[in-house]
Amino acid sequence: MKINPTRPLLLAAALASSFGLYSLTSRPSAVTADPNNAGLKLPAGFGALVVAETGARARHIAVTPQGTIYVKLNRAKDGKGILELKHTAGGKATVTGGFGSYGGTGIYAKGNYLYASSDEDVYRYKLDAKGEVTNPAQPEKIVSGLLNRGEHESKSIVLDNAGNLYVNVGAYSNSCQEKDREKGSMGRPGCPILDSAGGIWQFRADKVGQTYGTGTRFATGLRNVVGLDWNAQSNQLFVMQHGRDQLHDIFPALYDTKQSAELPAECLYALTKGANAGWPYLYYDPVKKQKILAPEYGGDGKKLADAKYLDPAAAYPAHTAPDGLLFYTGTMFPAKYRNGAFIAFHGSWNRAPEPQKGYYVVFQPFQNGKPSGPWEVFADNFAGSAEKVASGRADHKPCGLAQGPDGSLYVSDDKAGTIYRIVYNQK
Amino acid sequence: MKNICVLLSLLLLSSGAAFAQKKPAAKAPAKKPTAGVSPALLASGKAIYAQNCLSCHQADGGGVDGMNPPLTKTDYVLGDKPRLIGVLLNGLKGVEINGEEYRSVMPAQTHLTEQQMADVLTYVRNSFGNKASAVTVGEVKAARAAKK
Ligand code: HEC
Repeated sequence: MKINPTRPLLLAAALASSFGLYSLTSRPSAVTADPNNAGLKLPAGFGALVVAETGARARHIAVTPQGTIYVKLNRAKDGKGILELKHTAGGKATVTGGFGSYGGTGIYAKGNYLYASSDEDVYRYKLDAKGEVTNPAQPEKIVSGLLNRGEHESKSIVLDNAGNLYVNVGAYSNSCQEKDREKGSMGRPGCPILDSAGGIWQFRADKVGQTYGTGTRFATGLRNVVGLDWNAQSNQLFVMQHGRDQLHDIFPALYDTKQSAELPAECLYALTKGANAGWPYLYYDPVKKQKILAPEYGGDGKKLADAKYLDPAAAYPAHTAPDGLLFYTGTMFPAKYRNGAFIAFHGSWNRAPEPQKGYYVVFQPFQNGKPSGPWEVFADNFAGSAEKVASGRADHKPCGLAQGPDGSLYVSDDKAGTIYRIVYNQK
Repeated sequence: MKNICVLLSLLLLSSGAAFAQKKPAAKAPAKKPTAGVSPALLASGKAIYAQNCLSCHQADGGGVDGMNPPLTKTDYVLGDKPRLIGVLLNGLKGVEINGEEYRSVMPAQTHLTEQQMADVLTYVRNSFGNKASAVTVGEVKAARAAKK
């Protein structure tokens, strides 16, 4: 490809002027939190507003440096699987278009491209100097043919700073039993699912027509990852695994319903190439702080798993379903948030008959690219009330996270389709 | 012997039904009694539901968005009984329920006895706002025989 030497200059100039415009019209002071903070409970000094109501299952969300919002819908609505929203007054936004007829979860903006995934493929769209997609009907299909067997089907995506794309391929199983989720069914020896799922695959971000054959299995032994992000400080991929379900249902003699509700932890993993987190052979017990041998593979709730498997970097309450992970690099929020992780917990179902949990956004402090100190609930009450949390009948379920150009935190909700924006408004 | 048992339980069931039908007149119903199903049968079904179904379909039968379907007035629950029994005998995956896709799997419930299957389905068909006839052990047996 030949590159016109004046082009990057022009682009930079265009970018600079659009940035200038942006900061004139959307300075943090111009963003007004809703009087009720969009129904959320937040730390002092923070406010929130409903950016838009999409009325659709809003999975992951991306915001371009110019402030255009793209939302990936789980199921296409009126033939559109990606919504485009532009800001209006007060920091709100309105749906200005849509494209991509496929449903899915992943969406990520980086450089001059917007990447999006169906449950089998990854596409990329060209962004212009205004941060808007120029080829909505003709994306490049960069990866195709990833496994979708109707369980843990979503393909979350993220890029590093070296032109690589990371895609989660979830295991189409709870614990690799001979018969998925059947009482007493044992684990398949040498779990064959791991050949083509249950891990993170790496591809080139700029190459069309890639498949399993041309990609690399970057990490394995991960049951299902929905939230993932690249940490620029440690230059490392971090992922949130959805831990296994139903210890009591499947092995009632080994686990009571209370243990089943609290086991296993939802785990954050720091991955390097070749990492193996050990699914389905183990689960992480957050009380014992140990990797425990899975009952499907001869475990009894006490026997330890092989120590060779990766330890989690941090652990969170069981079954709370971490669907979004974002390292915050903005300057709007106070210094303690910088380079730390926000995690959107979609909320549990597999804690029943115990009360459900989650439906919040957590903040995990980081220092030098590693989790440091206890996590805290940052944004709560997406569910609407404590009763709605306990019953699992939440009004909203947080799923995707994105950082706006001014440092606002955007949260998408795939239950009611609300798009939230959280801002810091103390000087 | 087995046949006698079935007959007996059928008789018991139907006499229970007759009893339940007469009862509301005698006693003001605190909770609407379910047509033709005895409280004992419902209690048995409820216990089986709690042990085997609740974690996925939830205490209120409302299911889990996009994962586990509700059992409230669905075509499967209220419809053809052999098909409903078949869900427990064979499990279910990749089937749309009332126009919605569910991205999980319904495991076969073959660890349950025929009596337990009948009881839990009778409970489901008469809970969560559903109202439909009981599922009998005979019907479960017939569905199982037809499968073979
Ligand atoms: C592991 C979770 C799980 C368990 C345990 C489970 N189910 Fe299901 N069930 C499902 C899923 C998922 C489907 C939908 C499968 C599909 O769409 O193909 C389903 C479908 C059904 C259906 C048909 C669809 C509908 O909603 O009407 C019925 C009836 C049903 N289940 C009843 C039961 C009963 C009764 C039990 C307990 C004996 C039970 N299930 C246990 C997950 C579960």
